[in-house]
Amino acid sequence: MSKLSDGLKRGIITENPTFVQVLGMCPTLATTTAAINGLGMGLSVTVVLMCSNLVISLLRNVIPNKIRIPAFIVIIATFVTVVDLFLQAFFYDSLYKSLGLFIPLIVVNCIILARAEAFASKNDPVSSLFDGLGMGLGFTVALTLLGSVREILGAGTIFGLQIIPSAITPAVIMIMAPGGFIVLGILLAVFNHIRARKEL
Amino acid sequence: MPKLLIILISSILVNNFVMSRFLGICPFLGVSKKTDTALGMGLAVIFVITVSSAFTYLVYQFLLVPLHVEYLYNIAFILVIASLVQMLEMVLQKVSPTLYSALGVYLPLITTNCAVLGVAVLNMQEGYNLLESVVNGFAAAVGFTLGITLFAGVRERIEHNRILSAFEGFPIAMIAAGLMAIAFFGFKGLI
Repeated sequence: MSKLSDGLKRGIITENPTFVQVLGMCPTLATTTAAINGLGMGLSVTVVLMCSNLVISLLRNVIPNKIRIPAFIVIIATFVTVVDLFLQAFFYDSLYKSLGLFIPLIVVNCIILARAEAFASKNDPVSSLFDGLGMGLGFTVALTLLGSVREILGAGTIFGLQIIPSAITPAVIMIMAPGGFIVLGILLAVFNHIRARKEL
Repeated sequence: MPKLLIILISSILVNNFVMSRFLGICPFLGVSKKTDTALGMGLAVIFVITVSSAFTYLVYQFLLVPLHVEYLYNIAFILVIASLVQMLEMVLQKVSPTLYSALGVYLPLITTNCAVLGVAVLNMQEGYNLLESVVNGFAAAVGFTLGITLFAGVRERIEHNRILSAFEGFPIAMIAAGLMAIAFFGFKGLI
């Protein structure tokens, strides 16, 4: 049980991949135009991360050290292809079209390779699986938060639900490219501020 | 010819890889503290993306399509890119030591630059032919270099200013990038 709670706490709070490690910025910025897209992207990454962490951890004594990076990438790419085909089959209109290019690009998401290299290749399968779950959920929380803020400001809705009266014109720039950078910058600053105050 | 020109302008300015497509953000934020390192990274990226666009096109057309395994494109592309980067590193070291010492440090980082894989997948989705793929790859990489070099200039200036402690480092860089992205919006009417 402690392995599970360790993995979750590390992934979501102390080593949050987005807010603390600032990894995987491309999908973070590109897919958070709406809360639902952020959630979908986050969960896809979580699935890939859990599967790849588990398999890499099981094979950690078999893979020769010199070619470990190509081996990790092939394992990751396999699971990304599975997720890609799954989303294409069952969530074509709702998620696949809006996430588009960024589903195949999960392969080069630095978070996944970083966890494979830093954690799964050194630890037992069970804790690697939970580490993947924790990191994945931390990423999901960050993406959903960012997506919600951008959707509320840029479209006046959250998960498609109108919450700001339509009489108020939303700031469309927030769901376009510049808004992504600016909202993420401000969220990072808020996170830094909270962390600095806790340490005092 | 006009089509090639449109691809060129659209990938460099209008759909700039960093500013409007969000590809290659990791090196964009990581290697943009000084203008000369940013330029070095940019040149290495131009080199790798142009070559890899040609190779991934050939692998897709002459290996994956005849075998009817197009759905494996992702695994094939990332392997091609990873081995290409490795090979380029070895070839450069032998053939041109000066170029190697200039680009050397950045080459291994490029494998995980999502712009490289992004260009390969985009070329495939758009159905570009060999020449168009190479031009698109080259233009995308020039756009990346333009973005990262300009941004490094901005960050060098930020270094000298006093900033709220919570905003130091990444947060202020993100906001600066956002303002630059607004500037790049100005190119939207170009095509």
